[in-house]
Amino acid sequence: MASGIDELRQQYRKMLEIRRFEEEAARAYAMGKIGGFLHLYIGQEAIAVGVASALVKGDYVFQTYRDHGIAIALGMTANAGMAELFGKDTGCSRGLGGSMHFFDPDNGFYGGWGIVGGHVALAAGAAFKSKYANDGQVTVCFFGEGATNIGGFHEGLSLAGLWKLPIVFICENNQYAMGTPMSRTTPLEDLTLKAQGYGMHGDRFEGHDVTVVKDRVKTAVDRARRGEGPTFIEIQTYRFRGHSMSDPAKYRSRQELEERKKKDPCAVARQRLADAGVKEAELLGIEGEIDDLIAACVKHADEAPPATEEAMWDSVYVPTSAVPADRLPRGVVRVEDGDA
Amino acid sequence: MRELRYREAIREAMIEEMERDANVFLMGEEVGHYQGAYKVSEGLLTRFGEQRVIDTPIAEAGFAGVGIGAAMTGLRPIVEFMTWNFSFVAFDQIISSAAKVAQMSGGRVPCPIVFRGPNGAAKQVASQHSHSVDPFYTNIPGLWIAMPATPRDAKGLLKAAIRENNPVLFLEGETLYNVKGEVLDEDADEVIPFGKARIAREGDGCTIVAWGRPYYTAMEAAEILAKEHGLQCEIVDPRTLRPLDVDAMVDSVKKTNRCVVVHEHWPYGGPGAEIVDQIQRHAFDWLDAPIERVAALDVPMPYASNLETLVLPTVERVVEAVKKVAYL
Ligand SMILES: Cc1ncc(C[n+]2csc(CCOP(=O)(O)OP(=O)(O)O)c2C)c(N)n1
Repeated sequence: MASGIDELRQQYRKMLEIRRFEEEAARAYAMGKIGGFLHLYIGQEAIAVGVASALVKGDYVFQTYRDHGIAIALGMTANAGMAELFGKDTGCSRGLGGSMHFFDPDNGFYGGWGIVGGHVALAAGAAFKSKYANDGQVTVCFFGEGATNIGGFHEGLSLAGLWKLPIVFICENNQYAMGTPMSRTTPLEDLTLKAQGYGMHGDRFEGHDVTVVKDRVKTAVDRARRGEGPTFIEIQTYRFRGHSMSDPAKYRSRQELEERKKKDPCAVARQRLADAGVKEAELLGIEGEIDDLIAACVKHADEAPPATEEAMWDSVYVPTSAVPADRLPRGVVRVEDGDA
Repeated sequence: MRELRYREAIREAMIEEMERDANVFLMGEEVGHYQGAYKVSEGLLTRFGEQRVIDTPIAEAGFAGVGIGAAMTGLRPIVEFMTWNFSFVAFDQIISSAAKVAQMSGGRVPCPIVFRGPNGAAKQVASQHSHSVDPFYTNIPGLWIAMPATPRDAKGLLKAAIRENNPVLFLEGETLYNVKGEVLDEDADEVIPFGKARIAREGDGCTIVAWGRPYYTAMEAAEILAKEHGLQCEIVDPRTLRPLDVDAMVDSVKKTNRCVVVHEHWPYGGPGAEIVDQIQRHAFDWLDAPIERVAALDVPMPYASNLETLVLPTVERVVEAVKKVAYL
């Protein structure tokens, strides 16, 4: 694991990859190459990258539909991500999932989930497995501040707190749930008060500096790994775009947005690198490489074959052992004898 | 007659009923300040104020339950689900509470509530956001289910729903909100009763039963069949799925001797299967061919647009099904 300025260099690269990936995705959406809902993470990149830096291989991560950032931070290739958005067979979910349902289990990413609160207990389940198997792995579960009002959130935290599961809940408080500011969804300002009710540790800080995010999250991850129970972390952030592509975000002022953009996490990291003596030429070099990478992923997505009917039928069930050969629905196959 | 969009017709029904009855109120996510996720409730907050147009946090089980409790004790809530997909979070309240309270109280406690919102696939919103929920809820006694296809039906049925003393699930079509159609003038106060189908097109060649978005698919198919094969289809839109106008469908089949049922929900069970069962029992001797169904393919909705098109009922599939039952 890199440390100090080397680590920051790598983190900057990742954050920029996410930023440029999503800027291109927005462009492709406007051109009609991407459909459905597209929820951009622009402005929140330091959180995904900081959290990913605090984890080790084998840890599990669950996220909402705002999932491109963490997927890439954990190691999904831009090609697999962009092809998914374009509905192509080479996408991370073979074009079946789309923007909201990125998956990359090889890198510990257990999904992009579309129903607010629905994945919180699932993440607790992954942590339950780690406790059960005593495998030393930790789960991270992301959600927005709007999600802290729904039953799924409360039941997930309820069980994780009771059973002291090795999990870190990360509330990305970007101030708005769709068009509703937090002041109209919750009578609290400090969301960690909710965690107290479930007997877990709480932490709360601003999330525009990737190093701060990594350090604070790592404290919680280490605690979970030692078997000392879950943590709820409220990370204050801001999304620079609308809730999704169809939201013009009229509910906030231009001034407010401009004020927040002064803490652009990519710009903050870049400045820190420059302050530490990294030359402008090197930074431009990194930025050029990322531009090339993203241009290549768009080209890949454009040229990749479309999602297939076979994938659509094959993926409804994984191979079955219960159903005999003469009762298999279309696309379903049997576990070979001796497998499983 | 005026032309209104489907979304405007729904809005007008809510406005008229809220003006008529002070106990009617609207509650849901983003219905007020944001003017509705699909702009159905645009202007309602200004018109009726925060007491009657209520923005909720994301807490479907909670606000569905609050609505039911308020209905049991005298109010007439309209609860909007941003989409019906999110009603699954409130499934228990709808099924175990709303649908049961009349019976559990020996018929003494009414539950005059309307749950409404967009149902079915939109455009590439994928696996978790594309459900046609009609088969899940039509199974439940104690609920009424309306699924209007046209602006006029949407308005008239919603007015009936709001005045009704039992829980009504009102399934709109997200892709229908911009559809325009004729609607009677405001002072007509048209209230369309539940359980009465509408014969949208008359014909003697084949009956097509269709509701919601597939109604439009069926209408298009009927035009093609008339032009290319000289076959006149009769289109029956049941408009409400519970109660179901079996008489209208059976009468039509007795005239045409053939039937195709078109629906967006999955092929296993649901109102599609119920309708086929009713027709085969009540019009068996009149049928010249087995009834065909055109349904969504039996898979979770894929994201990719080429596959989504494949999954949903298409005009071509309806035409093929009609040709099959008409031996063309
Ligand atoms: C149960 C449920 N209700 C409603 C929605 C529609 N919806 C999607 S995202 C969203 C706002 C979520 O806000 P927040 O939790 O703060 O997360 P953010 O989008 O800001 O990251 C809503 C209402 C949903 N997906 N699931």
